[in-house]
Amino acid sequence: MSITVRRTALAVTALALVTGLTACGSSGSPSATPSASGGPKLSGTVNVFAAASLKESFTELGKKFEAAYPGVTVKFNFGGSSALAQSIVSGAPADVFAAASPATMKTVTDAKAAADSKVFVRNSLTIAVPKGNPKHIAALKDLAGGGLKVALCAKEVPCGAAAVTALKAGEVNLTPVTLEQDVKGALTKVELGEVDASLVYKTDVIADAAKIDGVDFPEAAKAVNDYPIAALTKAPNADGAAAFAAYIQSADARRVLTAAGFQTP
Amino acid sequence: MSSARPAYRRAPFALLLPALLGLAFLVLPLVGLLIRAPWSDLPAQLTSPEVWEALRLSLVCATAATALSLLLGVPLAWLLARTEFPGRRFVRALVTLPLVLPPVVGGVALLLVLGRNGIAGRWLDSAFGITLPFHTSGVVLAEAFVAMPFLVISVEGALRAADPRYEEAAATLGASRLTAFLRVTLPLIAPGIAAGAVLAWARALGEFGATITFAGNFPGQTQTMPLAVYLAMESDPEAAIALSLVLLAVSITVLAGLRGRWMSST
Repeated sequence: MSITVRRTALAVTALALVTGLTACGSSGSPSATPSASGGPKLSGTVNVFAAASLKESFTELGKKFEAAYPGVTVKFNFGGSSALAQSIVSGAPADVFAAASPATMKTVTDAKAAADSKVFVRNSLTIAVPKGNPKHIAALKDLAGGGLKVALCAKEVPCGAAAVTALKAGEVNLTPVTLEQDVKGALTKVELGEVDASLVYKTDVIADAAKIDGVDFPEAAKAVNDYPIAALTKAPNADGAAAFAAYIQSADARRVLTAAGFQTP
Repeated sequence: MSSARPAYRRAPFALLLPALLGLAFLVLPLVGLLIRAPWSDLPAQLTSPEVWEALRLSLVCATAATALSLLLGVPLAWLLARTEFPGRRFVRALVTLPLVLPPVVGGVALLLVLGRNGIAGRWLDSAFGITLPFHTSGVVLAEAFVAMPFLVISVEGALRAADPRYEEAAATLGASRLTAFLRVTLPLIAPGIAAGAVLAWARALGEFGATITFAGNFPGQTQTMPLAVYLAMESDPEAAIALSLVLLAVSITVLAGLRGRWMSST
């Protein structure tokens, strides 16, 4: 995997170099592709490791970024923040890391894989239920009774940590039937009808509104997750990493993120 | 001059080098596990109740999955080896499909059939109130789905190697086909069945993809050792290494203990 990625990056870089040189040689005009920000000319691949809950909005933002910087390819690796953080610490060739909690980002900064990070959005939990809410769930405490099957995220990943906080705030004691590896796993179990409800992010319910309904609950305000982003110190494409991290914090990106249901910090 | 034993010759360098590299490739990662192991913390890591719960569940489920595979797999192997019916090659291909199918795909398929909204699962739920996902029985089913082909292949091979004339002789002496199978064929292929059972058990013990997809992950209920290792790796690599060591030790003990007994002839 990493070899393929690196090889692709190499090939893309080589191609960009060759086309850049021929452009210079034939026309003599130095500015073949002016970048949107007027900064360093970007090329190659930007590998972005991002929390599973960012999948829909980052995919859209990746396309916009590629449109703003022709010649740049953005590749995503979406997954549980903690697993992504571990693979970055273990030397995965990532350029940018966007986590669903400061705790998972801390794993990366503690290992000196990122110098600093910046919170760019916040996300809160909601109760995901099948379309039409067949079990008439109206509040967090409804999940604990009535033999309902509930899926939560494992406490090791940010959505699970937030769920623990929210349940504690609501003094709700429930035993889930499964602890999923990331938020999308918890959501899918509702979508398939295997569980009656799960605690997921607001943004996940908005992204999946055709199949899922959301039930907001007041305790969610006490379990808001901050999402930090960082350009990584060992980024194979340092310029691309910096540009992408900056782009995610731009007003343009913020519009996409708030439309997806994220709150601004 | 003829010698009874094959002559052991010095291996040519062109074979020896890749062979040693191959050996290193298979063994070194396990050595790495031993080197990185948090030996001083190990007792604390391994005496936690979660570890024992996951290990107990792993052993129980793998054994139950092997029993299920024996119950269904031996007759299936017999059908494939001893009878002739149209489409037998196709059936054999279907039986071995889980060997090459990614286990996650198996989990998805099981979920769609036996899940609460699945074709068969819906009926199980409404008629008996049974839902297999998120239940220990779901783990057993997921493991058996992935492990049974190993057993079927071993037993079918043993059946093909066994001389069918013994069964015919039993039949001429008045034994029914079932009696001949139970009294003659089964003892004849016992080593093959045992080898297949060990393979199936070991495969079931390491099963991850189908289990996490179909049965979910909950400590004490569906969280087997591989799932516990995966989750521990997300936040506590030291714990993941400790858990891996346990699984490694169990696997080595079983394979070493049984291999000499059942598989040395091959």
